[in-house]
Amino acid sequence: MSRATLGWIVLGWVGFALLPWYGFDRTAVPTLTDYIVGGSALVHGLKGTWWLLPILVPLLMSLRPALLPARKDNSSWLIGAGLLGLALIVIQGFSIGLNGWTLDILKAISGDDGPRQAGIGYGGALTAIALLIVLCHGLAARGWCRGDAFVTSSIGIVIALIIVFVFFPVSTILASAFADNNGDFAPLEFVAKFMDRSIWGLDCLTSDLRCGVAWNTLFLGLLVAFGTTALGLAFALIATRTAFRYKKLLRVMSVLPIITPPFVIGLALILIFGRSGALSSVLWEWFGVPRSRWIYGLPGVFIAQLLAFTPIAFLVLIGVVQGISPTLEEASQTLRAKSWTTFLTVTLPLMRPGLANAFLLGFVESLADFGNPLVLGGNYEVLSTKIFFAVVGAQQDQGRAAVLSIILLAFTLGAFWLQHAWLGKKVYTTVTGKGDAGIPLPLPRRVALASYFTAIPWALFTVAVYVIILVGAFVRSMGRDYTPTVDHFLTAFRVESTEHGFFFSGSAWDSFFATIKVAALSAPLTAAIGLLTAYLLTRQRFSGQRSFEFGTLLSFAIPGTVVGVSYILAFNVPPIEITGTGFVLVMCFVFRNMPVGVRSGIATLSQIDKSLDEASLTLGARSATTMRRVVLPLLRPAIVASLVYSFVRAMTAVSAVIFLVTAEYNMATTYIVGRVEAGEFGLAIAYSTVLIVVMLIAIVGIQLAVGERRLGRRSASTSTNPVAAPAIP
Amino acid sequence: MNQMTSLSSLSRSPASKKQAASVEFRNVTKRYGSVTAVDSVSFTIEPGQLVTLLGPSGCGKTTTLRMIAGLEMASEGQILIGDRDVTHLSAADRDVSMVFQSYALFPHMSVLENVAYGPSVQGVSKKDAIAMAMEKLELIGLKGLEKRAPSELSGGQQQRVAVARALVLEPQVLLFDEPLSNLDAKLRRRVREDIRELQQSLNLTVAYVTHDQEEALAVSDRIIVMSNARIAQTGSPRELYEEPADLFVADFIGDANIVTGELTDLSGAQGSVRIGNLHLQLPHRGVSQGAVKLAVRPDAIMLDEAPSSATALAGTVRKASYLGTQIEYEVESPIGNLFVVQYGRKEAIAPGTPVGVSFATQRGVAIVPGA
Repeated sequence: MSRATLGWIVLGWVGFALLPWYGFDRTAVPTLTDYIVGGSALVHGLKGTWWLLPILVPLLMSLRPALLPARKDNSSWLIGAGLLGLALIVIQGFSIGLNGWTLDILKAISGDDGPRQAGIGYGGALTAIALLIVLCHGLAARGWCRGDAFVTSSIGIVIALIIVFVFFPVSTILASAFADNNGDFAPLEFVAKFMDRSIWGLDCLTSDLRCGVAWNTLFLGLLVAFGTTALGLAFALIATRTAFRYKKLLRVMSVLPIITPPFVIGLALILIFGRSGALSSVLWEWFGVPRSRWIYGLPGVFIAQLLAFTPIAFLVLIGVVQGISPTLEEASQTLRAKSWTTFLTVTLPLMRPGLANAFLLGFVESLADFGNPLVLGGNYEVLSTKIFFAVVGAQQDQGRAAVLSIILLAFTLGAFWLQHAWLGKKVYTTVTGKGDAGIPLPLPRRVALASYFTAIPWALFTVAVYVIILVGAFVRSMGRDYTPTVDHFLTAFRVESTEHGFFFSGSAWDSFFATIKVAALSAPLTAAIGLLTAYLLTRQRFSGQRSFEFGTLLSFAIPGTVVGVSYILAFNVPPIEITGTGFVLVMCFVFRNMPVGVRSGIATLSQIDKSLDEASLTLGARSATTMRRVVLPLLRPAIVASLVYSFVRAMTAVSAVIFLVTAEYNMATTYIVGRVEAGEFGLAIAYSTVLIVVMLIAIVGIQLAVGERRLGRRSASTSTNPVAAPAIP
Repeated sequence: MNQMTSLSSLSRSPASKKQAASVEFRNVTKRYGSVTAVDSVSFTIEPGQLVTLLGPSGCGKTTTLRMIAGLEMASEGQILIGDRDVTHLSAADRDVSMVFQSYALFPHMSVLENVAYGPSVQGVSKKDAIAMAMEKLELIGLKGLEKRAPSELSGGQQQRVAVARALVLEPQVLLFDEPLSNLDAKLRRRVREDIRELQQSLNLTVAYVTHDQEEALAVSDRIIVMSNARIAQTGSPRELYEEPADLFVADFIGDANIVTGELTDLSGAQGSVRIGNLHLQLPHRGVSQGAVKLAVRPDAIMLDEAPSSATALAGTVRKASYLGTQIEYEVESPIGNLFVVQYGRKEAIAPGTPVGVSFATQRGVAIVPGA
């Protein structure tokens, strides 16, 4: 019996006997005794909520191996206690709700509505987690995962989180795909909705009519995936393999679009290319090119998504390009391969996992994007906006939204399968335990030129977009009145000095602080869970690994609109009643953004030789220590990527949170959308500018805090100055 | 390297008196799905011995080593280290260190940090961890290089850092996974001698995986020859070389000419074997009368340029190669083509010369029971 196991058994008892089992009762004012002992499951159980008392049985079972001397069947007792306890908590939670029995059959048996209970609180959550970990420790004692309790517990926790925060809400909303509007089972209605002409129609090939929304989405997704991967690669190559003078600047600029709320890019594109946009005006006045609405539709959405998602591809690819062992390229060169041939036959194939990941991310992001198609889509409809309008529009058709989500999901999974088929089972280990003395190869001339010619115009274009945003924040009214002003900032962020200290009287402060809080909480959680999952997927072998991987990526495939609605449906009633809290926002962001951490973690980890972990294990470091001292330092690029990504996404996301915000937890983006709807563009852009600055500071802070990965490789500049001192004896 | 020679004068510091432990496998099996990598293997490594796991690639030797380390878990059977059952213990809970084929030096740490890693994750204070690391670095002769990154060292130096890192915790059992495969031939000989010397002076239990039979013969107290997931034979280098249990071992350990003979009469442990027109007295090793296979070492065959048909087989030299210390011949004979090695400074026999072929009986010729 290890001390950790003992600790979790104690925590299980604490959750049951000391902490309040239920969440807050909103009608009564809680007293101190409600928090300690008074509200515990034990007291509740003795006072009449008899269904909580059976949970005592597994808790007592877990005491047996804790109190008696070590015996062989200890693991069985732990496993039994964990399984039974979790089953009891789940069964009682789902069968007794706010309004009595949740199943009609139970109502029929008991003859009345039955007992009632609220959603679980701290106590219930703690007991459930403790029982889960006791179960995992029991499995480890059985020799699962090489007897490593850290690994089994990690797997258990990640699986439990995914079940609660991904599968449970998704199944709630998908259940409505097969139901009519009364909630009854209706498969025929599903078929009718699925085969709809507005989804699969091919009219645009033969006539002027529009194609189905599924084809639109697919086409856009492929275009964006190709575009972002190519641009991301160009940026990554320039940043790592050239002596380009403005490399740092390029790097910062490539990150800019990711820290911009999506509709802001859309807005800026309209201000440039729209009918009364800056560029359109110039073209009309100077060259007589007529103003048109070409930006509304596929071109606009495509450009906006390229701007928005190239940085993700860049962040994924830069870690991969850095990780390629220079020795391999040197080996190729010594085999008389020209630098171009080397690039084509060695460098590029080694980047395949990174390229495939970047492509997959671009594709999936494009499919799930909601803000840009909403602002710029015009008549070009895609699935995500269609789902949104099916849910909140005049139709209020949940079933239709669910059917559309199934199609979207199928596309994403198809992309995932293709990527897997392409990569196959090839090994791409290039960071080995052997020191690498090679020097990274300079880029072949034509690759360098191609990179410059794609990356630099793109960077200039990005600058133009941001100039428009910046100008918009400091002028009275963009497009009409260019008088400089700071009124917009004053309205949003006024701070008054009173005798009680500073008073944040600006209208944006509430949402600003809430956003920072949620983003700062969700970013480290996202990175931790994402990288832990990546570690489990690449470094451990356990049965059901493929479905585990699928589960972690599933949340990414669901557009934010659907996530928002499904969270409302799933978490508005007991046993898990958390809507309206900041917690639901944090969890929503964690599971929306985790896949980026997983993918970049996998891409980086698959380049790190497994024997490094094993060496650490044989030196007596447990998996947790190995993770901290060996894996994490080598994972720094992936940590930065996932921290930055999740922080920024939490600050810029619109689609999911629009359903989850409350007066207490209003998010910056929803506040801005509100301002846009009210026509206050100046205020909206000013607030966006502030957000962008805050995110820039955060990104620089994360970079500094996490630091660079030291691989002890020589660079071309230091190699001319070889280490003196005794070389080989 | 010079420090290495003064090794034997160094003894373990009194603070860290840890006994070398035995390793015992009891019917251990490892399966990956339907593939059996190790099939019901049992053996014991005595404390303070260096035992080699030898075999062709894919025979299960590395899997066996990784099961000692706890990096693979046995599907069946029991593993004991120092009489303690460790079958279900994870690698971190076993007092075992390993030197990896790729060295597995942490690229983000300096040499000193690499070596101090073991004690520091065990909760030893930073100062003590560094002192322990410095002691081991001095022991293997890398003092002065501790601030370097692993990539700034030569291959041989990297290998020694890996050894120092494995030694620093003074483990009950030390494991080597093909430690010499990344070194050049000259260095290989020296490093393997260093490893042997280190093992003997520190009285370590060592399990050592290699596919190089010469390396195995040179360093081992005992050798476990593995083939197709099973143990083919266990014994001292001399036993394996002179009394191979089957044709696989005979062929794998050193070179052997496999010839057919006939065992006629048995008397005590000896038997009379007829090969062509030659008669030899050899230990019969439990083989019954009739046709037998014999393993004949290349240096146990004598060539006579003035053949006499009574005491020799008639043969003809087909090829001769001069290798400095020895001359190698390929000889055509009635019992098949023979590979022959002659030591000593003699003139090479020219190809095409008829020779008399005879066998040395003291050593180098053995009946192979398992054939």
